[in-house]
Amino acid sequence: MFLLLPFDSLIVNLLGISLTVLFTLLLVFIIVPAIFGVSFGIRKLYMKTLLKIFAWATLRMERGAKEKNHQLYKPYTNGIIAKDPTSLEEEIKEIRRSGSSKALDKTPEFELSDIFYFCRKGMETIMDDEVTKRFSAEELESWNLLSRTNYNFQYISLRLTVLWGLGVLIRYCFLLPLRIALAFTGISLLVVGTTMVGYLPNGRFKEFLSKHVHLMCYRICVRALTAIITYHDRKNRPRNGGICVANHTSPIDVIILASDGYYAMVGQVHGGLMGVIQRAMVKACPHVWFERSEVKDRHLVAKRLTEHVQDKSKLPILIFPEGTCINNTSVMMFKKGSFEIGATVYPVAIKYDPQFGDAFWNSSKYGMVTYLLRMMTSWAIVCSVWYLPPMTREKDEDAVQFANRVKSAIARQGGLVDLLWDGGLKREKVKDTFKEEQQKLYSKMIVGNHQDRSRS
Amino acid sequence: MGSRSSHAALIPDADHIRRETGFSQASLLRLYHRFRALDRNQKGYLSRVDLQQIGALAVNPLGDRIIDSFFPDGSQRVDFSGFARVLAHFRPVDEEDSRIQDLKQPEPLNSRMNKLRFAFQLYDLDRDGKISRNEMLQVLRLMVGVQVTEEQLESIADRTVQEADEDGDGAVSFLEFTKSLEKMNIEQKMSIRILK
Repeated sequence: MFLLLPFDSLIVNLLGISLTVLFTLLLVFIIVPAIFGVSFGIRKLYMKTLLKIFAWATLRMERGAKEKNHQLYKPYTNGIIAKDPTSLEEEIKEIRRSGSSKALDKTPEFELSDIFYFCRKGMETIMDDEVTKRFSAEELESWNLLSRTNYNFQYISLRLTVLWGLGVLIRYCFLLPLRIALAFTGISLLVVGTTMVGYLPNGRFKEFLSKHVHLMCYRICVRALTAIITYHDRKNRPRNGGICVANHTSPIDVIILASDGYYAMVGQVHGGLMGVIQRAMVKACPHVWFERSEVKDRHLVAKRLTEHVQDKSKLPILIFPEGTCINNTSVMMFKKGSFEIGATVYPVAIKYDPQFGDAFWNSSKYGMVTYLLRMMTSWAIVCSVWYLPPMTREKDEDAVQFANRVKSAIARQGGLVDLLWDGGLKREKVKDTFKEEQQKLYSKMIVGNHQDRSRS
Repeated sequence: MGSRSSHAALIPDADHIRRETGFSQASLLRLYHRFRALDRNQKGYLSRVDLQQIGALAVNPLGDRIIDSFFPDGSQRVDFSGFARVLAHFRPVDEEDSRIQDLKQPEPLNSRMNKLRFAFQLYDLDRDGKISRNEMLQVLRLMVGVQVTEEQLESIADRTVQEADEDGDGAVSFLEFTKSLEKMNIEQKMSIRILK
């Protein structure tokens, strides 16, 4: 026991010194730059090193697979079946032509073979449809040393396993505590800072301080996630009295956008920690928080948003019109509510690079805490943000057409697939009205001919 | 950990399914991946609701009938082998299949006859081996919805049954069905190619 004592104090001393060193490093390299909005470029260097390691890892797996004479499983984001983009009419006519022994001058109204078209189309959607795959994480073409994205792990050699183990150690024992410490710092600074600013009298000074407190805390949170963000076209950033719309992949989108601009948030009042943050934030500057009961009332929501937008001194509102998280390979239907208000819309496209960490929140699979832990144990969150030029509703456009126009612009810029389907399909079934469209098309084929016959 | 990986060893009964359906290892893996994606609660089987969630299938006029074909004999669940077995009907016919005409082997699921049989059962609801005029009407009604009047539909159904019916029993049997479609390139029209 006596022999241990000098060791004890040595260990305690070492611990104390390393903690101090860590804290100073943290302060100097992360928090101070966050306050002033500068960057040392450490994260970019980190990204480059990781890319080289991933390329090496994929090569080794391919070699391993070749040795066993197998093929690596390579996921296809564009679908697993070969599809012909022909219309209903063309296909059915072709089917009839190929099977019909009758003369072609009398186009038949209905053939037993017509059913083949619907049957095959139905089977194609069972094998691969556009919507279901948007609600699960995008599959990567090369491995990024995270077991959660590996489909070919039977081809891993010893060297790769060691590398992977090292990766786990770094991510869970070094990066994770660091990130949690930063997140904690960021959130507490936000709450404390905004509460303190809230005590000041309204005026230019309060606004100035509020803006910088918000920006600083969001920047610390960005570093807490090791998010490496590239902003494009910052001259198009949203201005007061406008609405900023963006595609939605995860709650992190808010942090990413808010660390580069000063926005008014819109959302439902939550309980717990979120509620504390929300109440503190609203003291410093006017955000728009709705009670749970008010959210259902569309007119009330529209009214409050319109009031906010019309006050030119108020900040631009940040809204995600998809209404739910999509996996960042496509953009789904935008809900028309925010497009009816009549304010200038500033579209923003956010595209994540899933190579370093998939930011998609699959809310049916993971809760918020699990999701945040997954984020903080990934390598990094890399994304690009494009600020698109502002758009306004034209005179002959209605809200839905305007929403679709904005959605296409965002999809085009971000390289995402533009879908007309509603993101609500994640949880609900599609409406029957869409079936009528197909039925109408087919009826024209068989009844249209019937009318011709009765005339002749 | 490893929840996203689905290599061949994880597919239950992989060899048996491969022999029965004729799918390649790679295709089977893709279908298994798809099966897992459709199986929302990771139950290990699919129910009707899982298939009804597919938006593009719900707007298909024959969507419900197609879903029914996965649940033969009133079952409420389909496991992966059942899933693959139904989809095997749509495997493209390659040259290998037509060369190996071993009489001892059962007919491959994607043969012309089996594809026709699959289409026939979409018409023949009560599985009595005949498409009655009523069943014809029902399918027609599904495909046109409310766009066509009852009289027009009835005359179309009558005409179709008359044209195909050879033995005059007022219904279309499977043989009559195949006869009326003998010129059709079924192999191509009822095939879906899975990318390698």
